[in-house]
Amino acid sequence: MSRWGGTLRALLRSGPLSGRIGLALVLFWFAAAVAGPWLAPHPVGAFVDRDVFGPMSARFWLGSDYLGRDVLSRLLWGARYTVLLALGAALLAGSCGTALALTAAVRGGWIDEALARAMDTLISIPSKIFALVLVAAFGSSLPLLLLISSVIYIPGNFRIARALATNLVGMDFVAVARARGEGAVHIALREVLPNMVQPLLADMGLRFVFIVLLLSGLSFLGLGVQPPYADLGSLVRENISGLTEGAPAIIMPALAIATLTVGANLLIDALGAGKGRR
Amino acid sequence: MTAPHIEVSGLTIEAGGRAIVNDVSFAIPRGQVTALIGESGSGKTTTALALMGHTRPGARISGGMIRIGDTRIDQLGEAGLTALRGRRVSYIAQSAAAAFNPSRTIMAQVIEPLLVHGLAGRKEAEVKAIALFRALALPSPESIGARYPHQLSGGQLQRLMAAMALITDPELVILDEPTTALDVTTQVDVLKLFKAAIAKSGASAIYVSHDLAVVAQMADRIAVLRYGVLHEEGPARTVLETPRDHYTRTLIAAARPVERPVAPETAGASAPLLSVEGVTAGYGAVRDGVPAVPVLRDVSFVLAPGATLGVIGESGSGKSTLARVIAGLLPRAEGSVHFGGVGLPAGLKGRSREQFRRVQLVFQNADTALNPAHSVATILSRPLAFYHGLKGAAARARVEELLDLIHLPRDIAGRPVRGLSGGQKQRINLARALAAGPDLLLCDEVTSALDTVVGAAILELIDDLRRRLGIATVFISHDISTVRAFCDQVLVLYGGRVVEQGSREGFASGRHHPYTRLLMDSVPEMHPGWLEHTGEGRAPALPGAPVGEELCRFLPRCPVAIAGRCDRTPAPLHRERDRQWLCHHDAAALAMKETV
Amino acid sequence: MSAASAPRTMLSGLLPLLGKRVASALLTLLLVSAVIFTVSGLLPGDAAQETLGQSATPEQVAALRHEIGLDRPALARYADWLAGMVRGDPGTSMVANMPVREIIAQRLPNSLMLAGFTALISVPLALAIGIASAVNRGGKLDRALNIMTLSMVAVPEFLVATLGVLVFSVKLLWLPSIALVSDTSTWGELIRSSTLPVLTLTVVVTAQMARMTRAAVADQLDRPYVEMAQLKGVRFSRVVLAHVMPNALGPIVNAVALSLSYLMGGAIIVETIFSFPGLASLMVNAVTSRDMPLLQACAMIFCTAYLLLVLTADVVAIMANPRLRAQ
Repeated sequence: MSRWGGTLRALLRSGPLSGRIGLALVLFWFAAAVAGPWLAPHPVGAFVDRDVFGPMSARFWLGSDYLGRDVLSRLLWGARYTVLLALGAALLAGSCGTALALTAAVRGGWIDEALARAMDTLISIPSKIFALVLVAAFGSSLPLLLLISSVIYIPGNFRIARALATNLVGMDFVAVARARGEGAVHIALREVLPNMVQPLLADMGLRFVFIVLLLSGLSFLGLGVQPPYADLGSLVRENISGLTEGAPAIIMPALAIATLTVGANLLIDALGAGKGRR
Repeated sequence: MTAPHIEVSGLTIEAGGRAIVNDVSFAIPRGQVTALIGESGSGKTTTALALMGHTRPGARISGGMIRIGDTRIDQLGEAGLTALRGRRVSYIAQSAAAAFNPSRTIMAQVIEPLLVHGLAGRKEAEVKAIALFRALALPSPESIGARYPHQLSGGQLQRLMAAMALITDPELVILDEPTTALDVTTQVDVLKLFKAAIAKSGASAIYVSHDLAVVAQMADRIAVLRYGVLHEEGPARTVLETPRDHYTRTLIAAARPVERPVAPETAGASAPLLSVEGVTAGYGAVRDGVPAVPVLRDVSFVLAPGATLGVIGESGSGKSTLARVIAGLLPRAEGSVHFGGVGLPAGLKGRSREQFRRVQLVFQNADTALNPAHSVATILSRPLAFYHGLKGAAARARVEELLDLIHLPRDIAGRPVRGLSGGQKQRINLARALAAGPDLLLCDEVTSALDTVVGAAILELIDDLRRRLGIATVFISHDISTVRAFCDQVLVLYGGRVVEQGSREGFASGRHHPYTRLLMDSVPEMHPGWLEHTGEGRAPALPGAPVGEELCRFLPRCPVAIAGRCDRTPAPLHRERDRQWLCHHDAAALAMKETV
Repeated sequence: MSAASAPRTMLSGLLPLLGKRVASALLTLLLVSAVIFTVSGLLPGDAAQETLGQSATPEQVAALRHEIGLDRPALARYADWLAGMVRGDPGTSMVANMPVREIIAQRLPNSLMLAGFTALISVPLALAIGIASAVNRGGKLDRALNIMTLSMVAVPEFLVATLGVLVFSVKLLWLPSIALVSDTSTWGELIRSSTLPVLTLTVVVTAQMARMTRAAVADQLDRPYVEMAQLKGVRFSRVVLAHVMPNALGPIVNAVALSLSYLMGGAIIVETIFSFPGLASLMVNAVTSRDMPLLQACAMIFCTAYLLLVLTADVVAIMANPRLRAQ
């Protein structure tokens, strides 16, 4: 953990500009997700503008939407669903995938083979296709969306974590621990896991980006977050008729998603590059 | 007096703002071999590569003059260097396995220097390559070029790389530790071939190495480097016999193992601590007590409390597997292991914590044997807590005692192991084993990843501690001279079988199994001229002899094999008072072979 | 082994390896079909009840259950379903009331065309970007391309699509914002109406592929054999072409396959936005209308396509690697 902090500090001190921009964007959207509802100038569902698809103005910084609601306020609320859902799903996928990977790598044998085969099967279903099937089968309430998007990204995390863990399990220090008489739990948690933290966090970051894109995509198709809730993807969808006018109501939520995901990608890349340089 | 063929003066190479080669000057007369010798980080490879105008990423030549013939290398541009490399100066890398492109045939790579420099057409180049293959004693020289690197052995690849380097008749050949990755018995042949080939080509050469004895055979002149600074340079014999520099003397001293006293004879009275009987082990499914890929076959030995057993063998002999089998990491397929009079379970399962505690493993490479995520204190405290229930202040005090024991400062405890030097890591590695309070230490090649001087110090430490603490040791090594100086008993493995074992005195009798003989004759000695006289007439007696699981494993390489006997029936085990060997020759016959 | 016998040994060594890969892919496909059938056919509950609504009498529900076979054991239903898939007859659409096979037959060519055009543009483009990046690694070009592709992989498809529409259809009026593909379209119309979907997909797929290509080539450039080749006096351009490329081929083909498989996911959004009558938008409709037979058939087609791509990449990698080719 301290190493992760150290890398962040190194990034702030001497990292590439792109990494610092990424960090700023990510922090901005995380802050918006937490504090958004208190910052929103208008109630999220209130019809405050007589005009629809109003332009940016002093009163409505980002214009108004197809029903005359304040876009900024809806954006701040939407960011909360997008960020928190994706964060929760990424953490869930990461912890499940890693736990399974550790089990597979440390136990080996048929457990490893069965898990690897199962995960290979799931990874062969393209993520968006899998999402459509799951949504069609189970629906798309908020908890279901969280579960669905984490289930879809468990196999990818498992694959990476298993490769890392298998590599580490083959190291001499694990052989030493085994020959000392240590049990599987000690080996998995104390010997193997601490050496996987940094690459796993980077992987979780990437998965966060994928999940944001997946959930926004689903919402954009009308299959994701359902009214009365709305995430950033839903905002793009509901304002699609404003496209011909180039209304901020459709451009802004789309840009919001892009700045969040691009920011996260730039940050992860810069942290990885920093590690490679040393 | 004419100017020397090659001249380097004031060479300075910087990396990350630091000089990794600092003001180095030397000259090479035409047709002579200069050795650059030093430990890791001495800048010897960096200096050698600079003669091709090449630096590794991050480094640059920041000053000095390099001249080959009439050409100033330091003033050449990229195009000039490309025209020079592989044509006038060529390079033989340490690991041929990595330096050959895995996707192209050997022939395509060997003749490439001729083709890219427009020196010959393909047909002509191939003819020349085959002649070189023959000169370097490669098997089936006509067809070996059609093969891919992964189909050939390390020794063959190293010779093929020499063919690739010599094919353009360069005026300078750079050999970068060309035999370090090879087994000692293979090394002798490769060295002889290299020496002859270079002499025949008339090229000057730079021989980069850490091994003084090898250098003594190959070089006319020796340059000693340390931390990028040239300490001494002169004719080989002068540097080796009357070194002027203190560091050169240290290097020479470390290369000669110091004979240590044999443990006082307590055996006979006390019961053996460890007894291994008929152990067979390997990988894959076990059928009738034999695994699909057997690594060890029918290994037996006995070790008294406090005694030292040296296990010698080349790579693939199964010597490391033996340690893993005793520790339970690789369950044996057949045979028994008794420890303290009690049978040990084959695998880890079923062993008591006390049994685990009394047998401790020390691995070769401390970089991988110590968990990089942990601090020194965490690593040393774990066995204390696990075996002895020590926690808090008591554990901290014991960690400090352990650090004293291995001569490391106490304040190192809080540091992560990542920042430590190779020697420090190996000491921690040892201390972790000692923390358990073991009765038996399994040391697997503990010095082979270290520089000579550091390795000698570690060896000294292990010897001192095991005597003081009365720990029995199984000392695994590929280096027969170290083992003979260090151990009370010696065991020689070949192809997974014990071909010879005996006490140190018995071993000194001079009558040996043919493989042991070969091994001993292959260890280079420090005086020039050794290479020319070693192992003459060592060709296999029965070339193309059958390889059978039951027959003598050494048969295909054995110079004294007996037709009709060695290739028909398994070798019998001969026993004398303090030694035994697995061979068709009896003691008298072996003694005769010695004198031949 | 003599040189003359090499080709024969090569082939005989290769066949079992390829056979194993094909068998493994088929097994995976079988397991995938089980997952898809379980998720979409068994878990969601009673399709008959749902079709008839809450007002239906228990007798009516039971009759329908019997008619569509819901009263049979799960394994038997799976076997029937699988047999239908293998025969190319995945049943009848519950919504359109026509064979799924016919609906798909109308849409599949459009999807293939979209994927084909996109691959035609994106593969050469991505290879050029990836290789240029790798051979200049650490340089200005590499860093610029890195930031560019890094941003492009993270941008949602609908942003690219909406910006495309805004610029090319709304502001410039060059291209239609909605794809109208029918049997009577001329080639000109076809190209015009597919341009925006193809461009959008290209942007998304190229970035991913270029990054993976760069990684594959850069990995090879760091190997000792590259330094060795340079020390032999081989020019850098030849080092890249003759030494690096044969080794990077396997990983590059793998990168291309994985990125192209992403086309299927990307196509879902793009086809929907542009009302492109392809398989992906059909699948979205099937989700909305909960038309399970249609959904299952589409899902299986996409999964098969994915496995085919990966298998092809695998085979190419084996052929390109002498270590695997001649074991």
